[in-house]
Amino acid sequence: MKIDATTISALKRYAPQLETASLFEKILFWIMVVFVLAGFPALYIQHVEGHYVTGMRDNVFWGVYIVNFIFYIGISYAGALISGILYLLKVEWRKPIIRIAEMITVISTILGPIYILLCMGRLDRLHHLVLYGRIQSPITWDVIAITTYLIGSIIFLYLATIQDFAILRDYDGLKVGKWRKPLYKFFAVSYQDTPRQRNLIHRGLTIMSIIIIPLAVIVHSVLSWIFGMTLRPGWHSTIFAPYFVVAAVFSGTGVLIVAMWVYRKLYHLEDIIVEKHFRYLGIIVLVLGALYGYFTFAEYLTNWYGSEKWELELIYKLFDLNEFGWMFIFAAFVGVLLPIIIIAVPYFRSINSITFASLIVVLAMWVKRYIIIIPTLETPLLPMQESRMEYIHYSMTWIEWILTISGLAVFCLFFYLYSKFVPIIPLAESSSLTSNQSNESDT
Amino acid sequence: MNSRKIKKGPSRRKFLKNGLSIGIGAAATTGVFSSCSKNEESESGEKVRVMTTDGKLVEVDASQIHESVHIVTNQEARKGDPKREYVMVIDLAKCRNARKCVDLCQRMHNLPPKDEWIKVFYMQDSEDAAPYWFPKPCFHCNSPSCVNVCPVGATFKRQDGLVLIDNERCIGCKFCMAACPYSSRVFNWKEPESTEDIKDHHGAIETGIPQKVGTVGKCDFCPDMARMGKLPSCIDACPNGVLYYGDKNEDLITNGTETVRFSQIIYERAGYRYMEELGTRPSVYYLPPVNRSFDPEIGFKDLPDEIRQRYDVSRSKIKKETR
Repeated sequence: MKIDATTISALKRYAPQLETASLFEKILFWIMVVFVLAGFPALYIQHVEGHYVTGMRDNVFWGVYIVNFIFYIGISYAGALISGILYLLKVEWRKPIIRIAEMITVISTILGPIYILLCMGRLDRLHHLVLYGRIQSPITWDVIAITTYLIGSIIFLYLATIQDFAILRDYDGLKVGKWRKPLYKFFAVSYQDTPRQRNLIHRGLTIMSIIIIPLAVIVHSVLSWIFGMTLRPGWHSTIFAPYFVVAAVFSGTGVLIVAMWVYRKLYHLEDIIVEKHFRYLGIIVLVLGALYGYFTFAEYLTNWYGSEKWELELIYKLFDLNEFGWMFIFAAFVGVLLPIIIIAVPYFRSINSITFASLIVVLAMWVKRYIIIIPTLETPLLPMQESRMEYIHYSMTWIEWILTISGLAVFCLFFYLYSKFVPIIPLAESSSLTSNQSNESDT
Repeated sequence: MNSRKIKKGPSRRKFLKNGLSIGIGAAATTGVFSSCSKNEESESGEKVRVMTTDGKLVEVDASQIHESVHIVTNQEARKGDPKREYVMVIDLAKCRNARKCVDLCQRMHNLPPKDEWIKVFYMQDSEDAAPYWFPKPCFHCNSPSCVNVCPVGATFKRQDGLVLIDNERCIGCKFCMAACPYSSRVFNWKEPESTEDIKDHHGAIETGIPQKVGTVGKCDFCPDMARMGKLPSCIDACPNGVLYYGDKNEDLITNGTETVRFSQIIYERAGYRYMEELGTRPSVYYLPPVNRSFDPEIGFKDLPDEIRQRYDVSRSKIKKETR
């Protein structure tokens, strides 16, 4: 495959990180490695001592691991939204950010289930899910849905990267370690950019983008049903599936904006990831925020007005500033209204402020997942007549803190390493973008 | 595989089933022959007449009769007795929080001090409502949410109505704990300390002994005791005859001293099931706390501090909520 000059210049301009690493990057890298490594002693302790080392107990038997699980599966929506919907709609401006979005999807869909494994009492019996699997259980639905979604997302990401692998394979001027070229060659699967191959990839991507949208909706619906199918206050709600889906896209878009900002700064991509991207995605965040706020309002208003005993008990816990009040205010008001105001008022709207709003969204959505799980579990139908306070109120132990932070570091590290291996701006697409705006033949 | 030695006092049914007639004075009642050709043990001289499976009556030395070990296979334990439908009836009028059911249950199942399979709640539905003591085992629901959600079939519903756990199969996902609206399930957060006498037990569905770290446990209505023709531990332990256990198909329930008709007592005393509105269809029925034998306040007498503390939290909460 012949590499033209524009592609080479795009490679030099948008993917310098493949060849060199700045000191700042190296420092960040090692900090992340340290955090990841810190997770291992915690893992070991939990494995040896049992789940007693976590804050989970009989009433609150699911803790921050489940919160993280929902959170990561939620942000995986970035890829489904941007790469799926925007691809289908043939939105041109998605091109520079499509790969970041797909990377978020794949990495978080791998990371999310790891938290489920941390939450399982008997990891050594994981194979029982296959040996004795029962299709009646929402957990089985989840295993099937997430596995399918992960495979679909990997295929989607891979299909969209084959052209770049071919460029990296055939460009001789690339100064990278010797071990990389064979890998590029392997992943490029003898792609030569013939019209037929281009057409095949195009068709594959179209099919995958159609498949990935319902898949993503199914994954988060099934996830919400783990809670929705139980007879617990705050969980047993028909609104749960669409509520989770909207919350997921909301947080996913938030993470995408934050990731764009980080890469833009880190790799100096100011002229390809531009204000327009932030603004357009910001408007998506705004719409989703309004939708999410609407769902939240509908959910709590119904339960509060109906004032069924346990629902009311739960809602008063959420409103009580001594219990979950501050978290509730942050997740339901600050996390929704602040981003909406920042993005809606043109005066406040800038790349940095939109990123800040997105960061608030992401944090608020993590807190939201926390106040979905913990307060409900602290509100069982029968009274908790316990003298052990840790059985009544959940609090994260340092093991759970470390594993949560370590997971975040794993996420960042994967993200970073992937960007060192493959350009995060799709070269095959962006070269056509920058050199000739009207050239859309290969999309 | 799960096994439990049948020690003594088998039911008449077992007696007939095994087709053996056993002489007086034999230590082991359900006996089988040891190998007759190689008799290394010294003969006791005491002869016992037993009937073989083909109906012949033979006389053997008492020393040759050994305890038989009935191995309850996993298949058997998962199936249960199709002719039975076990129910429990709890007479709230007689409970005074003596907590003997809790103690014996914990001892029999080798549970850690505060992990209780049967719990006694102090209930007061609202400020002006009457308080009462509420013993709560697992309800062994006929539409069990916990069984529905189990991804591996580790918890299951038997033909005799019991909901049991195979803790050799449980993966510890705790989804059943989420599904159970009655907080009946406890998780083994750390390796349970097992005493000497249960060390040789290996994962037994019907006994629940020993509990395994990282798996879920709960009240099992003591099916191993039923196999021996005995009552569950909590029934045996109750000094006030609060708890009745029996078979709905036979329409008989007993608290150990008195045996009554299930349908009759439910009708006469207006028995009900707790939180019927959840649709779980429990196998445990309650008789309302009317014409009580005890003042509920008596239940707070002589309680260890730790246990009194539990109720204090709940009582102050009831007051706060209804204010």
